[in-house]
Amino acid sequence: MRVDAPEEAAHVAWQTATIEALTPLSARVKSIVLRPERWRPFQAGQHLDIRLTAPDGYAAQRSYSVASAPETEGVYELAVERLEDGEVSPYLLDIAEPGDAVDIRGPFGGHFVWDAADGGPLLLVGGGSGVAPLMSILRHRVAARSAVPACLVHAARLWDDVLFRGELLALDEDDAAFRLLAALSRDTPRRPQDTGRRIDAALLADAITGLGARPRLTFVCGANPFVESVTTLLVGLGLDPASIRTERFGG
Amino acid sequence: MATRGFEGRRPPAELADRIPPGQSLTDGFPVLSAGPTPRIATADWAFTLKSGPRPIKKWSWAEFQALPQTKMTRDIHCVTKWSKLNTPWAGVTVDDLLADAGIEPATPFMLAHSYDGYSTNVPAADLLDGKAMVATHYEGKPLTPEHGGPARLLVPHLYFWKSAKWVNGLQFTERDEPGFWELRGYHIHGDPWREQRFRGD
Repeated sequence: MRVDAPEEAAHVAWQTATIEALTPLSARVKSIVLRPERWRPFQAGQHLDIRLTAPDGYAAQRSYSVASAPETEGVYELAVERLEDGEVSPYLLDIAEPGDAVDIRGPFGGHFVWDAADGGPLLLVGGGSGVAPLMSILRHRVAARSAVPACLVHAARLWDDVLFRGELLALDEDDAAFRLLAALSRDTPRRPQDTGRRIDAALLADAITGLGARPRLTFVCGANPFVESVTTLLVGLGLDPASIRTERFGG
Repeated sequence: MATRGFEGRRPPAELADRIPPGQSLTDGFPVLSAGPTPRIATADWAFTLKSGPRPIKKWSWAEFQALPQTKMTRDIHCVTKWSKLNTPWAGVTVDDLLADAGIEPATPFMLAHSYDGYSTNVPAADLLDGKAMVATHYEGKPLTPEHGGPARLLVPHLYFWKSAKWVNGLQFTERDEPGFWELRGYHIHGDPWREQRFRGD
């Protein structure tokens, strides 16, 4: 069993990170690249804690999954989605600018993590910004030159809501062991393998078949109703519940 | 140091002292689970009290329902930073379980076990004297599978990962043995008022 590295005291200490870049990934999601004073190694799938402080000392904390690969040293990339009634995401998307500083600590998390040594096949299912930690896993798979079969099922409303689309399409072209399947709930599929409907059992069965063997590990990340529905379908398709790891957000 | 341009959204002043550091109020009831939601029929459900490897008493669902039922309304705090106030639960206190089994606490430490293989450690002192229960009802209704039904542990004064969902047993242990999340970097005790989120906090 993998546990967190022993460097605990340093890991839990807050530090300053500078926002290096803010880039729209879709109408509701921005990529935020943070450069901390002291970059710490992490595992693909882990999350960072961010703390914002008001002039009177009031502070708000949130957790965001890291989307960059552990091999991309020096920075952490996040994919932050706008929550209309949110406190932290509207600040990060509308007010923060490159050069601004925020407090961070971590990365943390010892379960929703994948290392190339864990092997595959690997089934990744993400909804909206739930794709962020799956992106870290896929980027780690590339950087580590892992050849394990992998499939990312990306649920989105529109084709333009598919995050990291250019990078994922290029990977789909170049890597015979990787497939991207987009499930678009409010859009027409652009490629034959994508679907113009929500994720259902048929799509997940297709994803599993394409892997050539039962996935050794499945990672599902997104809003809770999404994760609940996808994991219920996956268990119904006969996957071992113990092989399915989830990360859920929202109420 | 203040974050440029951040004003924040404060909780109502009269509630501020009920919200631990780093937490935000929610009206929803978010779900956090390491894997898929197990669905256990009450006909198949059983709860076992153990001392070390030795079973002391096992209750079926019907036997469990015949134990004294207690209501408890508490504020709860999840390590993922949400807090929810005035959550109403009902179930059987750990005190009443021990009384029905006819035992005193065997050791100072306990592990809670769940149907999905999850476990979490809680000192016996944090479970006794009315502090904790095995909850079977929320807001007067049977606890749903997403929220841990048929039964979950409720230890409201600690971060909510200690309130193990789908619980099927409590075990006295000789030592304070880390459970599932405690082995994966979470704090061994998890007091939200001391912000004991991660090992090292």
